[in-house]
Amino acid sequence: MARVVVDPITRIEGHLRIEAVVENGKIAEAYSSGTMVRGFEKILKGRDPRDAWALTERACGVCTTVHALASVRAVEDALSITVPQNAELIRNLMFCTQYVQDHTVHFYHLHALDWVDVVSALSADPAETSRLAQSLSNWPKSSPGYFSDLQKRLKTFVDSGQLGIFANGYWGHSAYKLPKEVNLLGVAHYLEALEWQKEIVKIHTIFGGKNPHPNYLVGGVPCSINLNEVNAINSERLNHVGKLIDNAITFVEQVYIPDLLAIAGFYKEWAGYGGGLQNYLAYGDLPTKGFNHPEYFKFPRGAILERNLNEVHEVNGRNGEEIKEYIAHSWYSYKSGDGVGLHPWQGETEFNYTGPKPPYEYLNVDGKYSWMKTPRWKEHAMEVGPLARLLVAYAKGSTEVKDVLTETIQKLNVPLTALFSTLGRTAARGLETRLVVHWMKSFYDELVANAKAGNVATFTRDKWEPSTWPSSAEGVGLTEAPRGALAHWIRIKDGAIDNYQLVVPSTWNGSPKDAQGQRSAYEESLIGTPVANPEQPLEILRTVHSFDPCIACAVHLYDPQGRHVHDVRFY
Amino acid sequence: MNRSSLSMWQVMQAKGYSRRDFLQFCGVAATVAGLEMSGFTRIVTAFETKPRPPVVWLHFQECTCCSESFIRSSHPIVADVLLDTLSLDYSETLQAAAGFQAEKSLQDAMKNYPGKYILLVEGSVPMKDDGVYCTIAGKSAEQILKEAARDAAAIIAWGSCASNGCVQSAKPNPTNATPIHKIVDKPVINVPGCPPIADVMTGVVAHVLVYGGIPELDNQGRPKEFYGRRVHDTCYRRPYYDAGLFVEGWDDEAARKGYCLYKMGCRGPVTYNACSVTRWNGNLSYPIQSGHGCIGCSEQGFWDNGPLYQHLSVFPGFGIETTADKIGTVAAVATIGGAAVHAITSNIRKRRLRSDLAKESATPVKSVEGGEQ
Repeated sequence: MARVVVDPITRIEGHLRIEAVVENGKIAEAYSSGTMVRGFEKILKGRDPRDAWALTERACGVCTTVHALASVRAVEDALSITVPQNAELIRNLMFCTQYVQDHTVHFYHLHALDWVDVVSALSADPAETSRLAQSLSNWPKSSPGYFSDLQKRLKTFVDSGQLGIFANGYWGHSAYKLPKEVNLLGVAHYLEALEWQKEIVKIHTIFGGKNPHPNYLVGGVPCSINLNEVNAINSERLNHVGKLIDNAITFVEQVYIPDLLAIAGFYKEWAGYGGGLQNYLAYGDLPTKGFNHPEYFKFPRGAILERNLNEVHEVNGRNGEEIKEYIAHSWYSYKSGDGVGLHPWQGETEFNYTGPKPPYEYLNVDGKYSWMKTPRWKEHAMEVGPLARLLVAYAKGSTEVKDVLTETIQKLNVPLTALFSTLGRTAARGLETRLVVHWMKSFYDELVANAKAGNVATFTRDKWEPSTWPSSAEGVGLTEAPRGALAHWIRIKDGAIDNYQLVVPSTWNGSPKDAQGQRSAYEESLIGTPVANPEQPLEILRTVHSFDPCIACAVHLYDPQGRHVHDVRFY
Repeated sequence: MNRSSLSMWQVMQAKGYSRRDFLQFCGVAATVAGLEMSGFTRIVTAFETKPRPPVVWLHFQECTCCSESFIRSSHPIVADVLLDTLSLDYSETLQAAAGFQAEKSLQDAMKNYPGKYILLVEGSVPMKDDGVYCTIAGKSAEQILKEAARDAAAIIAWGSCASNGCVQSAKPNPTNATPIHKIVDKPVINVPGCPPIADVMTGVVAHVLVYGGIPELDNQGRPKEFYGRRVHDTCYRRPYYDAGLFVEGWDDEAARKGYCLYKMGCRGPVTYNACSVTRWNGNLSYPIQSGHGCIGCSEQGFWDNGPLYQHLSVFPGFGIETTADKIGTVAAVATIGGAAVHAITSNIRKRRLRSDLAKESATPVKSVEGGEQ
């Protein structure tokens, strides 16, 4: 038995630490710990509810906008505000922009280096890479000269002896399976995607003024539409958005999806690892007939238990018996004791650090070991994220989702059950990007049609002034962040925030065990994952990265006696 | 592997650039940096002899919006920065290595380049309870920061978290989130904003690399190059302010015409940043242009400067030549007369400025503010 600790897990957002016990080359137990906290809930208390979007948006700058959206929806729910159709469309466009940018960056910049061996690309045949690229799609940057120049540039970089972000990678690890030529293609598209991602976010800049962290507004969106004014969303601005969407469709169809399928084809054994939990939760999003009609969402709402795709359970964020947060292994205390679960409207955020004083080597994983609380849906541990969204949509009969899933598993020649895996999670992220980038076009067309028809309203005014609010109100704002189900719960009293709780996707997936000892998704998915070399835990990164974690993370290495493995050094 | 480090000139040679191209590049660098041509020779020498400068990028209490902003840079694009301009030896967001291998990259940079690496810090440091609110590899943020700062050639605080504490330091600041200049005993270049503009970030890096030193800073440690002007004074909607044309409610007729957002809580008048000049994401827009007021995200304590949608009371510092050094933070207090008071004093200030200019000029300055009351 060896105990493995990886800290920090890089290529994620935030600070996460994972400890794993390895037996006979496979992970037998795992502990996931979030090691940073800021206390948002405490800071929000007493503030103007209309400001909450701006503060909570700063919960995450990688999946920027999603907390702002959850927040304005929570306040609108509490105050019974319905936003105009244009505001919903613009929010949808910003939501889709975030998905397309974030998923692409995850695939190429946060996840690809788990599968693509950069050093191997140096000895690839550029002409062969060119033939391969041209066989995959019509993407124009595919000539032998293009790949040859890129390879020369890469060689110069490596010869400089300063490897920068590629230093100390696991290059040459036996788990890398791609041919050299595919590795070169992967590196080329790593760099192209890095340049391209800064373009798609311009949709946020046009509607929200900047990216990261564009502006939102309770009651609508802050931008106005006026086709006769240079100072508003006008024909030039809309043309710009349209062009960005067209380019995004081309990039996703000609680069991201072909790369995903090509790389997945060499790693089919990863359809057998990392499945983890058997329960999936999606709040759903992308309203087409208003946020209060989830039956018309592009991503439907629901829960799946025991991988039973024949039944989708209703999910209600307002029901005090459905979603609860536990703290048995989290550094918090509840007034009524650490064994109970609290619905977020009753939620408490009282720090109670019981871990070791830094610098420390190990956490006490028998006690509290994370700053993340442990959320449960009807006491079940649930996986959230792209896979959960697609499974819920599939089970609810979405033909678009069914078509794209069927086409993909046929191309890869794997069964549908292959989705319940590390590979399935990574594939689901790409497939929903493909769906979303086309949906985006239809939202855009609707917005243009509205502007043409003179329907330009972007804000609902009647509940803006606090004098129009009831003395107390409570609301919940549900959304789907790229990483999964996200919700904010608010209680308003006398015009100010009385209680505010965020339950975020990486809390669902990355939380510690609950009082019953049930693992959450990261921990469960690591069970059974092979680790060829405990000193180079590349396989752990693959499975953890397949969730696209949004907390800084750390996995530590222990030897059979539980001592920290100190000799993991690569000179 | 060849461990010799290549200079900028060698990198450019390898990419097929001629000596003439290289000298042109240095000339552009000098112009961008605002150097006289006398400084030109110094730049040529620096780029010819230096390896790509090693850079360590630390993350503490933050949301990674600064890293995300950095990769949005349009000039230069970040792929060129990573491959040709600098050597990003430690970055939790982008580096391939994790765990011990990642920590080794950090140790290598500090050990191999003492006094030569640039330290970039994203995030504040929780100083309460021995720093248990942010640990990496078992160490507290404070321990990591102090170790990395010791031998750094220059320290840049990215964003408001590292510069002024940002959202986690907002009242009641539950973890005693602290900006890094209060922890390290070296000069720190503060590049605030939530996040800072991408091209401002790469601009500051370029400034440090070209000069081999620290740009001119204001009394909050911010480069004057980007934080020397108020958003209000460089705002393209400023004429509406001066004319008394204000948005009174979201998406009203005035909003649809793009009038001034002062009454909607805009913090442009008390915020020093490059938003209205450099603008965001390839000079495309900025918050005010897209209809929302500035929230003042580059100013110390901006989260506690009153509710976002409550407009500012009268604020000092009326001339465009006023800098942050001369005025303090202005509280947002709803006073109906605020706008009018400012408008009047603003015009008085303009008259004074005009007469000052007239004295300095051989020819009288022609009035261009005929409509002024």
